[in-house]
Amino acid sequence: MVENFEPNIVVFACNWCSYAGIDLAGTSRVQYPHNLKVIRVMCSGRINPVYILEALANGADGVLVTGCHPGDCHYISGNYKTRKRMLLLDKLLEQFGIEKGRVRLEWISAPEGERFANIAKEFVEQIKKLGPNRIAEKLKEEVEVV
Amino acid sequence: MKKVVTIQPITRLEGHGKISIFLDEVGNVKDAYYQVVEFRGFERFCIGRPVEEMPIITPRICGVCPWAHHMASAKAVDAVYGANLPETAKKIREMAYNIFYIHDHSAVFYTLSAPDFVVGPDAPRAERNILGLIGKIGLETGKKVINARMIATRLLEKLAGRAIIPNCAVPGGVSKLLTEDDRKEIEEGAKKLVEFGQFTLKILEDAVLKNQKYLDLIMGDVYKHATYYMGLVDGKGLVNYYDGKIRIVDPKGRIYAEFHPKDYLNYIGEHVEPWTYLKFPYLKNLGWKGIVDGEASGVYRVGPLGRLNVADGFATPLAQEAYENFKETLGKPAHATLGYHWARVIEILNAAERVLELSRDPDITGKDFRVPLTDTPSEGVGVVEAPRGTLIHHYKTDQDGILTNVNLIVATTHNNAGICMSVKKAAQQLISYGKISDGLLNMIEMAFRAYDPCLACGTHALPGQIPLDVRIYDTNGRLVAEIKRP
Amino acid sequence: MNKPKLAIIPGANCAGCDYSLLDLGEKIIEVLMSVEVAYWPTAVDLKLEDLERLPDGSIDIVLFEGAVNNDETKEMAKLARRKAKNLIAFGACACFGGIPGLANFASKDGLLQKAYVKSLSTINQQGTVPCKLTRLDGEELTIPELLETVKSLNQVVDVDYYLPGCPPPLKLVDEVLTAALSGKLPPKGTVFGSMKSVCDECKHIREEKRITEIKRYHQSIPDPEKCLLEQGIICMGPATRGGCDAVCLTVNVPCRGCMGPTPESQDQGARMLSALSSVIGLEVETGMSDEEIRKIILQIKDPLGIFYRYSLPRSILRRVWGVRE
Ligand code: SF4
Ligand code: SF4
Ligand code: SF4
Ligand code: FES
Repeated sequence: MVENFEPNIVVFACNWCSYAGIDLAGTSRVQYPHNLKVIRVMCSGRINPVYILEALANGADGVLVTGCHPGDCHYISGNYKTRKRMLLLDKLLEQFGIEKGRVRLEWISAPEGERFANIAKEFVEQIKKLGPNRIAEKLKEEVEVV
Repeated sequence: MKKVVTIQPITRLEGHGKISIFLDEVGNVKDAYYQVVEFRGFERFCIGRPVEEMPIITPRICGVCPWAHHMASAKAVDAVYGANLPETAKKIREMAYNIFYIHDHSAVFYTLSAPDFVVGPDAPRAERNILGLIGKIGLETGKKVINARMIATRLLEKLAGRAIIPNCAVPGGVSKLLTEDDRKEIEEGAKKLVEFGQFTLKILEDAVLKNQKYLDLIMGDVYKHATYYMGLVDGKGLVNYYDGKIRIVDPKGRIYAEFHPKDYLNYIGEHVEPWTYLKFPYLKNLGWKGIVDGEASGVYRVGPLGRLNVADGFATPLAQEAYENFKETLGKPAHATLGYHWARVIEILNAAERVLELSRDPDITGKDFRVPLTDTPSEGVGVVEAPRGTLIHHYKTDQDGILTNVNLIVATTHNNAGICMSVKKAAQQLISYGKISDGLLNMIEMAFRAYDPCLACGTHALPGQIPLDVRIYDTNGRLVAEIKRP
Repeated sequence: MNKPKLAIIPGANCAGCDYSLLDLGEKIIEVLMSVEVAYWPTAVDLKLEDLERLPDGSIDIVLFEGAVNNDETKEMAKLARRKAKNLIAFGACACFGGIPGLANFASKDGLLQKAYVKSLSTINQQGTVPCKLTRLDGEELTIPELLETVKSLNQVVDVDYYLPGCPPPLKLVDEVLTAALSGKLPPKGTVFGSMKSVCDECKHIREEKRITEIKRYHQSIPDPEKCLLEQGIICMGPATRGGCDAVCLTVNVPCRGCMGPTPESQDQGARMLSALSSVIGLEVETGMSDEEIRKIILQIKDPLGIFYRYSLPRSILRRVWGVRE
């Protein structure tokens, strides 16, 4: 484990359930780690896998994707799509040599502020154990000055 | 006064190559190195890929002979699954492969070989190219050549979607069946290709047999190497490009070994030198004795000459007749490196005859063109004769058909030692006491060209010459002389 | 009048792109009559110094064929850029890394060790591996040294146009040459090809069906009329730029993506991942558990090697990280 490593974590949250849940965690002052950058999207189904790859390539140490619980998506099937994408992405990332656990999917509903805080804490711990994602630096070395 | 002669770019195999010639203190040739400078690493990066993808991946090893990799690869995948192919599938593959032979061999012959001896080995350089050739044989003939190539191209597209980087063979068979209309078109095309084969043979035989100078050159010592030879033969010991057993003959022409391709590891080893990306295969039981010929050395050669030297003849009548003539003139085994050209032309005729034969085979329009492969995969070897020689693909997979090991020995690799020897011998004849004679480029080029070392070199279509540039440096790296064409 | 100058410069290639030019037939003769060839080692007898001697920016059209994989091909790419007025990435290798780009699955050492030391037929107890400089009795022999990571042309130099395909479809080659020779090149950065996907050019019938089973190509013989993907066979059509007339599909072979990503996507694999996700499953997905979905997905073998078959170096993550050989 790297000393004093404060991971840089990107959270994608759908507007209707998960973002509301995260918001609740904030307003009800449930403590959750400050190293999360939350990005709101309309639906988890709108999270293009490119965003996740870009996050990793640009130095995110972890990416947390959240959406409404199955059956609750405001666009009916957005989260089912997400589920399939994330399962497939898992496999792809494993082949890319990205450690298991850097990218995670969770269903969070609006009232689950506390649950979110717990997941967030646990995720931060997990990423601390994995250590920093070094890909961004190495990619920079690869980029030629044109 | 140590000198280095560098000839670059000489050609490409997996990319580009160069020749470096080192002179000793008195200015004689000490060593000549043919260096291949490109490496892409297929044997490693194919590991982890699903084995059924290989017939699509491996044609990208070489855009000049993609069909050879395509077929060897498909055969290796079939073997991995222990598949038994329907007759129709085997015959369509063999037919397509023979068309490719004509496509490839004729490009090589007309752009690389023919200018040398039809126009004449001592003709002015400016004429020793395809334009000079057309000048000599006439524009009509030139058109005939282009026409034949277009026929072959069209037939290949019919069978594989496109002529270069094909999709014809698939694991377990071929990608699609042939209709009666397709068959007729192929038959018509094949008739013309047989005529084209006869016509090409006549050009060569006239040029060689009526030109004592060229004959002397062929038979002369500069271009001779007594080596072993290797190639595929069918059940009757005759030349076959698509399938058969591997036969090796010794420098006296006696059968040294004959074996199922899957046993190749018992016979072939590969030596590595740090100064080239191309390995040196040799006969394992004789051992690596360096880049030398003779009965004690494990060096062997492959390609058109290799095939004619190992086989007892051809299965088609016109090619067989030509083969008799070849044998009578050059002997058997023919050690004359320039015999490669002649052998190549006989093979064009043979391939055309075989296409015609297959196009009339009732199986060719059969409906049974492909079988699903469902057995547990493990290991398989696929071998074909690439135009430039024996091509070996060897795959091992896990139970899921994911590759765990890949071994490739490509045609030009087998000839690596042969090419190095031929280049050195030619250089030795032409450089003495620091004097570099004018014919150097030409002679080295002819030695090198005979093997048609894969190449994009087959496409020196325009001037018909391998670009050569010899620069001679003194020990301080100062340029003291330059020989350059034109 | 001065003829425009044309050069074809090779990198890590198979020569298939420029070899296929011969199949342009009379067109190629026409082209060659109307240009002055400044460099084309497979066809014309000109030397590297001839190319170097020309003033910078003086070659109207430079086609660079191949990926960039060693110090020499990298220098060639830079030279191509210096001499070119218009630099065109010629073929999938130059555009996205292509098949040689699959080397990014491995480490440089891994590639060399496998081919020269650990190959089944190599007998090499000393573990000799080709290396940049060899001294033999005081003589020096050099060969190029591999880069750690294979690159597309535009990762090394600025590129003006892209002509994808492996090899590029002849009608697109014709389009590029015609445009260049008539001085009517489109805006810089244009990729020659269709603005739509391979699926749009494919004749196989799509029924908007979902699949619950992935089949491997060798295990089943597809119905030649119907969409392969909807029969459970992975086909890269939806994630791949059209322009090739779906030529592989005309012989029922699934697309492997040689035309590169579709115009709106920058990462071909990510696009395929999304496309495939919409095909997998049931119409009513509440009927499937995570486990059931995972089972289907695990049937996809080597997604990285298929989704990025021709474009691994150009993908967002570019290579496999932390390879253990
Ligand atoms: S794009 Fe394809 S045909 Fe062209 S050089 Fe690369 S592998 Fe060969
Ligand atoms: S997925 Fe493949 S088979 Fe289906 S329409 Fe697209 S290109 Fe055609
Ligand atoms: S169908 Fe796909 S793989 Fe085939 S040529 Fe077109 S883009 Fe390339
Ligand atoms: S709206 Fe929340 S996942 Fe679709």
